[in-house]
Amino acid sequence: MTALVAGAKSLGRARLFVLLALAGVLILTIAQVITGTEDLTSPSTAGAALRLAIPILLAGLGGLYSERAGVVNIGLEGMMIAGTWFAAWGSWLYGPWYGIAFGMLGGAAFGLLHALATVTFNVDHIVSGVAINILAFGAMRFLSSISYGSETGGSVVQSPTVQGIDNVDLPFLAGGNILGRSTPDFLGWLETHDWFYVSDLAGIARGFMGSVNWMTIIALAIVPASVWLLWRTAWGLRLRSCGEDPWAAESLGVSVLRMKYVAVMISGALAGMGGAFLVLVQAGIYREGMTAGRGFIGLGALIFGNWLPFGVLSGAFVFGFGDSLRFRGPDVVRSFILAVAIGLVIAGVYAISRNNVRRTVITGSVGVGFLVFYMLVSAVPNQLLSATPYLITLFVLAAFSQRLRMPAADGARYVKGEAH
Amino acid sequence: MAQVPVVHLSGVTKRYPGVVANRDVELKVMTGEVHAVVGENGAGKSTLMKIIYGMVRPDEGTIRIHGEETHFKSPKDAIDAGIGMVHQHFMLADNFTVLENVILGSEPRRGAQIDFRSASDRITELGEIYGLKLDPSEKVETLSVGERQRVEIIKVLYRGARILILDEPTAVLVPQEVDDLFDSIRDLTGRGETVIFISHKLEEVLSIADTITVMRAGETVGTTTPDQVDAGQLAEMMIGSELPSPQTRESTVQEEVLLEVSDLSLRSGSGRDVLSGISFTIRAGEIVGVAGIEGNGQAQLVDSLMGLERSATGLVEVRGKKISQLETRERRAEGICFIPEDRQKQGLLLTSPLWENAALGHQYEEPYAKGLWIDKRGARKQTEEIVRRYGVMTPGVDVPATALSGGNQQKLVVGREIMANPVVLIAAQPTRGIDIGAQAAVWEELKTARAAGMGILLISADLEELIGLSDTIHVLFEGKFVAELDPNDVNPETLGSYMTGAGQEAAS
Amino acid sequence: MKGGKLLTTVVAPLIALVISFAIASLVLLLVDIDPFFAYSEMWKFGTTTESLISMINRAIPLFVSALAVAVGFKMGLFNIGVEGAYLLAALVAAWVGALFSVTPVLHVSIILVVAMIVGAAWNGIAGWLKVKRGVHEVISTIMLNFIGFSLSAYLFLNFFQEDTGSLITATNLIPETGWIPSLNPVLGWFGVEPRAGSELHGFLVVAVFLGIFYYYLVSRSRFGYDLRASGVNASAAHASGINPKRMIMTTMLISGAIAGLVGMSTLLGFTHRYVQDFPSGFGFAGIAVALLGRNNPVGIAFGALLFGFMERSSLILDLKDVPREIVTIFQGVVVLAVVIVYEIVSRYAQRRAVAAAARATAEQENDREVVAI
Repeated sequence: MTALVAGAKSLGRARLFVLLALAGVLILTIAQVITGTEDLTSPSTAGAALRLAIPILLAGLGGLYSERAGVVNIGLEGMMIAGTWFAAWGSWLYGPWYGIAFGMLGGAAFGLLHALATVTFNVDHIVSGVAINILAFGAMRFLSSISYGSETGGSVVQSPTVQGIDNVDLPFLAGGNILGRSTPDFLGWLETHDWFYVSDLAGIARGFMGSVNWMTIIALAIVPASVWLLWRTAWGLRLRSCGEDPWAAESLGVSVLRMKYVAVMISGALAGMGGAFLVLVQAGIYREGMTAGRGFIGLGALIFGNWLPFGVLSGAFVFGFGDSLRFRGPDVVRSFILAVAIGLVIAGVYAISRNNVRRTVITGSVGVGFLVFYMLVSAVPNQLLSATPYLITLFVLAAFSQRLRMPAADGARYVKGEAH
Repeated sequence: MAQVPVVHLSGVTKRYPGVVANRDVELKVMTGEVHAVVGENGAGKSTLMKIIYGMVRPDEGTIRIHGEETHFKSPKDAIDAGIGMVHQHFMLADNFTVLENVILGSEPRRGAQIDFRSASDRITELGEIYGLKLDPSEKVETLSVGERQRVEIIKVLYRGARILILDEPTAVLVPQEVDDLFDSIRDLTGRGETVIFISHKLEEVLSIADTITVMRAGETVGTTTPDQVDAGQLAEMMIGSELPSPQTRESTVQEEVLLEVSDLSLRSGSGRDVLSGISFTIRAGEIVGVAGIEGNGQAQLVDSLMGLERSATGLVEVRGKKISQLETRERRAEGICFIPEDRQKQGLLLTSPLWENAALGHQYEEPYAKGLWIDKRGARKQTEEIVRRYGVMTPGVDVPATALSGGNQQKLVVGREIMANPVVLIAAQPTRGIDIGAQAAVWEELKTARAAGMGILLISADLEELIGLSDTIHVLFEGKFVAELDPNDVNPETLGSYMTGAGQEAAS
Repeated sequence: MKGGKLLTTVVAPLIALVISFAIASLVLLLVDIDPFFAYSEMWKFGTTTESLISMINRAIPLFVSALAVAVGFKMGLFNIGVEGAYLLAALVAAWVGALFSVTPVLHVSIILVVAMIVGAAWNGIAGWLKVKRGVHEVISTIMLNFIGFSLSAYLFLNFFQEDTGSLITATNLIPETGWIPSLNPVLGWFGVEPRAGSELHGFLVVAVFLGIFYYYLVSRSRFGYDLRASGVNASAAHASGINPKRMIMTTMLISGAIAGLVGMSTLLGFTHRYVQDFPSGFGFAGIAVALLGRNNPVGIAFGALLFGFMERSSLILDLKDVPREIVTIFQGVVVLAVVIVYEIVSRYAQRRAVAAAARATAEQENDREVVAI
């Protein structure tokens, strides 16, 4: 088929993502039946998972644009921090939608700094990213001290409460209003019937579509938009060429340096938007340290997602889900561990069918390990729960790092006109 | 009335510091012909092509395109003039599809989007016309080398090139792919395109070219046609009718076998046999030379012997001890050292001082180390000795290696390896970039080392060096040893033929 | 060329400092504060005896942390995991140290060794992941930091807490044999008598030894040669016989071992127990100091002292209505500035070295024809 291109392949990845998601829910449902818990597939868990996934998604998308253009961006955390601060400040002064705008601008400003250091001065990308993180942290603290220091509810480490962005219920599926008239809640109806698997699916879907925030919708929309932008437009093609082979791009007349600058600034803006989400949707306030490493988890989602938009989305979901388990209580976590064990055993069986002995042994033994852990431990201690998202990130990276493909010239030192 | 040549270079000269790359070159290419430019490495072909393609400006001489004198300021000017360059080292993004690589920078639009349909159609169309069949939606990394080359050709055709320059196009192709390429070239010229074809593979050149220009040492030696010469005569023109005569000397070869290599083979990731069945021995007091045009497996041979390339199969023994499984450091400890082909990549720490560079590869032994510590004084003393004996021009041993000229860097590397007194020394292009006086000095050192019982594997593109130093010469062509020659008997025809694959039919 | 080294190791950071001061001053001016007023207040307060002692005390963990990071940097490895490593190490060492009591030197040594082992093991996980699974050490060390926080919180609250059941959350007190005495008596020899409560941490001695050890390890030992070669040209390092995987693992272990010692000056000289609010943040600040000090022990020492000075002297700013956080901005700016300035300066130094060498040898060279191959 001559008209098929990589963009379509990216849509193929969306299909894969959907299949894996459905399979995942099935496993969760089975685990729930065995353990008797409900919460793994309840709407509230789903809603929480979605809400926690969005900042990670935005950070990961930020990383996507930057790395696709060949610039490694470790400074996403710092850009997100800037986003949190500026979003709170903007919302405090002018209102929540200004907050988003300010958050994005703040992130983009730090993006500009990173671009300056790496693209113009050829500083090592990682060193620059680390420096940006340190600078952002210090700068935001300073800004807090001069803005909030004397306000009620404010201090050096937090802002007064600010107005957030509203939620909305999607019509028809979740009982939202259209033009003021209420509509039926189809998914809710399905859920109440307690049919195996179908009701679980409905519950999860209901959780996504009920009381969903406008920013969430926007953030999710950026995913297919990025697919279109990066794989279907000339601009996107040229941007990706900067990350794959900037010398080939240069030889064909692409202005590589300019594209890198733009990409890194977009990266900062998206990370900033992620920060804005944290403030305007989740917390309603700026607090120092509220990013809690989500910029880095976003990078993890990027790697897990193989540098593809829908991949980043799946990664963000996995990590968001892991993050949400923290608040669900120990039995739910136990149930989840059982689900992981089941999943790994199935993966092991799959590996046997592919005659891959090594993979079978590894997934099999890890799966058994999880099973044993499940049976021995009656309650996962709270402090270890808080490490869940980071453990998942590490585990996923360890399992998949070697099979992933980053843009070929990611992190490469590029000087215009220099022979390759 | 004589036709106006489509490309006419006359009196073109280009100088670089220390070397004249092109001297008074004359090249006349007619429309619709396949014009081959042949010569050894360093003959000046690449520089000439860069001039035609606008990447380099000549110091003297004129360039006429379709009879009009032109000055290219950049490759873009050349592209506008209808000249397309297909580089030897492809400039393709592996992760991109054929289509994406071809249209990059000149994307057809349909509204805000790329018009994939029209681009795809055009690529397929070009493919059908010129026999360059490609699936636009395939990722370049899955393509064979021959297919990748087709992408590069389509890239220039897509942008409207009428004059194509192919730089060593068959260097990495297998015979079947070469035939496909030649069919495409005939299609191209049949439709009025012009092809300039740079190569050192004489049999191929004779089969495809309409006109052949031979270059040697930066000058045009002559222009001829396939019906006027055969491969042997061409080889003679390329290499020069007078080969250096080996210096008569007493053989210092002893009985003891220092290095024994049996059936060394290496397969690349894409399935190509980079080395096949390499077998040879080096005895004490012997220099074994390996002749061959670069790119026929020399680098891989060195890497396999040194343990940098671990996936080679076969047996390697030093003094009867099997080292095939050992890692690099252990092999060095067994007494095998090497002078790398690319000193900047594998042989030097450019930002480090000279004495640290002298220690590179020998940092575990005296005089560079004492116990667990680096012996700075010993290292500096040794470095000063190297500097003195090998004539390294430097203000001192504390300057960073990058401050030295290329030639002096090479002298340092050669000096440190020989002075480490290895059992077996692998010397890959040891006198690359060195002035004649220093070259002679290095040769003396190699001969002295040989006389003292060292075994040396000499891999070189410099025939004077090979014939002058070697006790025996193997010819490496496409990863195989295709001949073993006696330096006393070798003549340019035979040597040239083996090096360029012309003698393949005879050999097989 | 000696000049080039000087240029990059001293001049670059100096230029960066000047730029950072300029920017910080600009920021202060923008919020209507006289920068010179702020600086002079900081100087007045910061140069009292007590402040100088505090400066050194604050500098010690920064110094050690920067050394840990610098070992990795020399090879191009980014160990961001010093933070998690040192907190875990401090916790475990505190608990172990409180279990027994032997002669002082032995007791302290055991505690230090435990801390080094824990630190090495924790960072070693990242090294293992990189070598075996190809996980980039930046992300793995950052993840391990967070996991380390959780793990230490868990261990702390469930196993290592004080037996007496008091409300203070801390480990058992380490017996006095496990204390490092303050150096105030030594100061007394020089006639310096700080006020009560201001003790110069004895760990300073260990830190100095650590700095000397770093110097010998990195600049004089065979391992250090391999380390630096791997950082300069990985390909040539490999060709010279260095095993890249082994280097990565060893370097992470050494870096982690040093990281484990970061909390020791506080633990053994001051708190003598691990408390819930054990000082944190040294891991990240250490990265800044390592960058500022160009991975050179003397430079790192200066950087640590500078940071220590600024942190201490900034305390006065609260009382003078100047936002104390100007110091954090300064620290952030100086890090970014130093890496940019370093790139520019080192390229300039290189050009100069090439030109100088060419000039020196041009006189020695005649018009010889070079063989073109």
